[in-house]
Amino acid sequence: MSAPSAAPAAPDRGRGSPRRIAVYLAGRLLGAAASMAAVTVTAFFLFRVLPGDPVRTMTQGRAVTEAQLDELRRQYGLDKPLGEQFLDYCSGLLRLDLGVSYQYRAPVTELIAERLWPTVLLAGTGTLLAAVLGLWLGTRAAWRRGRVVDQVNTGLALTLWSVPTFWLGLLLIVVFAGTGGFPTGGMATPGVRGPAAALDVAHHMVLPVATMVAVVYAQYLMIMRSSLLTEMGSDYLVTARAKGLRDALVLRRHAVPNALLPTVTLVFLNLGQVVAGAILVETVFSWPGLGQLFYQGLRLPDLPLVQGLFVFFSAGVILMNLLADLVYPLLDPRVRV
Amino acid sequence: MSGTPARPSPRALARQRRRLALSGFWRRYRRHRAGLLGLAGLVLFVLLALAAPLLVAPGDLSVTRAPHDAYQPPAPAHPLGTDNFGRSLLDLVVWGSRVSLTVGFLATLVSVGLGTLVGITAGHYRGVAGAVLMRVTDWFLVLPTLVLAVALATVLSRSTLTIVIAIGITAWPTTARLVRAQTLAVEARPYIERSRALGGGHTHIMLRHVLPNVLPLVLAQTTLLVASSIIAESTLAFLGLGDPGTVSWGGTLQDARRAGAVSSGVWWYLLPPGAAIALVALSFTLCGRAVEGALDPRSREGR
Amino acid sequence: MNHLETRGLTVAYRAGGREVPAVRGVDLAIPPGGTLGLAGESGCGKSTVALAVLRLLPATARVGGSVLLAGEDVLTMAWGRLRAVRWAGASIVFQGAMHSLNAVRRVGDQIAEPVLLHESAETPASAARRAADLLERVGLPPRTAAAYPHELSGGQRQRVMIAMALACGPRLVIADEPTTALDVMVQAQILRLLKDLVARNGIAMMMISHDLSVLADACDRLAVMYAGRIVEEGPARQVFADARHPYAAALGAAFPVVGDPASRYAPRGLAGDPPDPAGSGTGCSFRPRCAVAEDRCAYVDPALWRAGPDRSAACVRVLPSEEVL
Ligand SMILES: Nc1ncnc2c1ncn2[C@@H]1O[C@H](COP(=O)(O)OP(=O)(O)OP(=O)(O)O)[C@@H](O)[C@H]1O
Ligand SMILES: [Mg+2]
Repeated sequence: MSAPSAAPAAPDRGRGSPRRIAVYLAGRLLGAAASMAAVTVTAFFLFRVLPGDPVRTMTQGRAVTEAQLDELRRQYGLDKPLGEQFLDYCSGLLRLDLGVSYQYRAPVTELIAERLWPTVLLAGTGTLLAAVLGLWLGTRAAWRRGRVVDQVNTGLALTLWSVPTFWLGLLLIVVFAGTGGFPTGGMATPGVRGPAAALDVAHHMVLPVATMVAVVYAQYLMIMRSSLLTEMGSDYLVTARAKGLRDALVLRRHAVPNALLPTVTLVFLNLGQVVAGAILVETVFSWPGLGQLFYQGLRLPDLPLVQGLFVFFSAGVILMNLLADLVYPLLDPRVRV
Repeated sequence: MSGTPARPSPRALARQRRRLALSGFWRRYRRHRAGLLGLAGLVLFVLLALAAPLLVAPGDLSVTRAPHDAYQPPAPAHPLGTDNFGRSLLDLVVWGSRVSLTVGFLATLVSVGLGTLVGITAGHYRGVAGAVLMRVTDWFLVLPTLVLAVALATVLSRSTLTIVIAIGITAWPTTARLVRAQTLAVEARPYIERSRALGGGHTHIMLRHVLPNVLPLVLAQTTLLVASSIIAESTLAFLGLGDPGTVSWGGTLQDARRAGAVSSGVWWYLLPPGAAIALVALSFTLCGRAVEGALDPRSREGR
Repeated sequence: MNHLETRGLTVAYRAGGREVPAVRGVDLAIPPGGTLGLAGESGCGKSTVALAVLRLLPATARVGGSVLLAGEDVLTMAWGRLRAVRWAGASIVFQGAMHSLNAVRRVGDQIAEPVLLHESAETPASAARRAADLLERVGLPPRTAAAYPHELSGGQRQRVMIAMALACGPRLVIADEPTTALDVMVQAQILRLLKDLVARNGIAMMMISHDLSVLADACDRLAVMYAGRIVEEGPARQVFADARHPYAAALGAAFPVVGDPASRYAPRGLAGDPPDPAGSGTGCSFRPRCAVAEDRCAYVDPALWRAGPDRSAACVRVLPSEEVL
């Protein structure tokens, strides 16, 4: 056939030259760096400038002499002028030195490294399961909007969302301490070695993970549901149905991929909640992770430890958000660089 | 003696219009059955908190001269059992509602106020000021809020006010974002342009035009935030950051844990305070969703 | 036998407890290979008719009457049969290609999707080749298949929609305002393309537009809709140039004929607002805006009536006088 008069322009506007990708990456990295700098400054001044003497807070509730206080001040460099302290703190951060814990008498960085993996294991498993469960149930609820499936699922999600994490954990412990189905504390049984150890850890994980999933999945469900509901009236779904696709396929191939975009953004934005969940769950189930460490730091309070964990948690969330920014273009061609 | 036909003043007209809008809102709100349920629960708990001094005698909460024996399971004299000192849990829950609701409302007030202020300002002053405000907001948005609240509560002195501030300061960014979006939408309307042309200053426009249009959204957000503030309060109290001198739901749970109620299986010590938190939070959430639904034009026709 | 026939098609949308009639008894017929233009102002129910043909209306719509596609009633078909008929029997080029294409899937995949669905002999590779072929037929380079909708211009997107509509070799294509939101040059290209493709392959077409001149150019026959009803139907040239119903006449005059000086001075457009779909009292629904309304129009609501050889109109002025009370 004859070619039409107007040959359309090359259909690859806006797709990435290396330069564009570099600019995008640089922008995101710069944003993350700015956030990180802000966290650093906040952490420093939050624990020093606010009313109160750090050393007095540190020793709150114990009898200490003025001489001991002075000694402590010298030991933590608190006798130096604020500017100098800040410089020390910043240069320490660059060397990954977060100071020395008051109660453990060990570098905070070491303590964090020791406790990191249990937390990653717990929070990672919990978030993953919660995301899968929440997205799946949210999809079902939206597809059957207003029916029994929807009402039961949203009702349950809202109820679980209203329940405090730690209370749910405590209840589970009471129930399972009585019946003895699952371990209610710790991460491993002492003395178990070899391949059985992995199973043992998995066994110990059941209740903490269940608690975390129960509280976190509800959010994902609600976000996915409302995001899918806004997609529901879209024209491209009419096109898909007009093509003769079964409803299930219209949902899976067309509606869900579109609804996933805002959901993924929000999942990453809400990672701070996961940190909160980890702190509470670890505290309740005596899980030897960062959350428990944080709780122990609070009891004293152990300011270098709490401050170090504050910086670390914030850095983790900022990093995950940076990751989301980098992953997002893969999901949505419209923001592809 | 007015000979002129009664002509409603603009003010009266505005008042009438507002009344109509309000009754319309209530009509749409009533369609959400869960919202009515939530409202009922909310009213119940507020009444309970107000009537607490009538229901609980001052001595009943004393640790040293507690009215009952310790660790008693539920019985007619103490329907929800007793704690490790011999206090009735029913009394503790009734009294605890005062702190929980107060903190919930006050913290929400702080965060919604702050969020609205920042949101309207960032939406009204585009340019550098607005951009900077939004960057700060976004930055706060990604911070792990519980950690920040805990850090605040650690460095400040232990009191209910500290908790209010810690929650209020960490929860405002979502409100700010929502309000800013709405402000941008409102300021795009033609009558704002007209008001500006007539010489309306920044303050005039923000207070007389933007604020009234943003308020419905803020109302919905407030109701939803109270729920999370109450949960946050109990969480901070549970982590031992509350005022040790007051009775609150989270504090009671922390006492229970400290007293070993978890390992000894004294379930009635744990159940009532947590259930109260969950019920109040759920009530507020249901109300908030119904308010949202009643305000959203898309759901007005019950689609 | 007609390829598409609607008999007494009615559609009402439930909204806020009320039922709003959108289509109020439409009879249409398209023979195999025939082309019908459906015209009318915004909101008169054109898209609703198009969606009813493949039973694509939302659950809030109540549909009555019958829609016969190659003799089978679409409205009472079993679901499995309906899905088989969709796209393979009749396909639709939707209004607004930006929103009718899935933004996160490559256009090649979207074209190949119905092919794979309806023809079990196809493999993904052969379907992809077919998609590339189809793209060439609508004048796009085959590598367009790898693009996402947002990377294409409005005209290119509309071409993709057309390629997609032809994918399963349907015997009827419904084009719902295929050229709105495009600039005039591109509009002309797209229309020419559709006209050629349909004519070459012997496909029947229903083209929907509010622009009578466009339809008169592209179609054999024209039907003009007003407030959910057909008010005039007949051979395209005649309806366009010499409408019997005052509404059809006004619609024709609303678009000047290029190069015709007379049309520059003719009154254009139509005074008054579009009718309220919820409540039309007794009498002719066009009466409030009609320049030539008579007393009897207040109580006579005329049905379509023969208004010449092979054409009909719904206006008292074409009724034989003894019909009038
Ligand atoms: N989903 C719906 N719910 C309620 N009413 C609807 C719905 N879809 C359409 N309508 C109403 O039905 C009538 C006909 O709509 P339709 O989309 O068929 O008009 P149209 O002739 O295609 O208009 P346009 O030229 O603007 O595309 C309109 O009054 C519209 O408001
Ligand atoms: Mg239409």
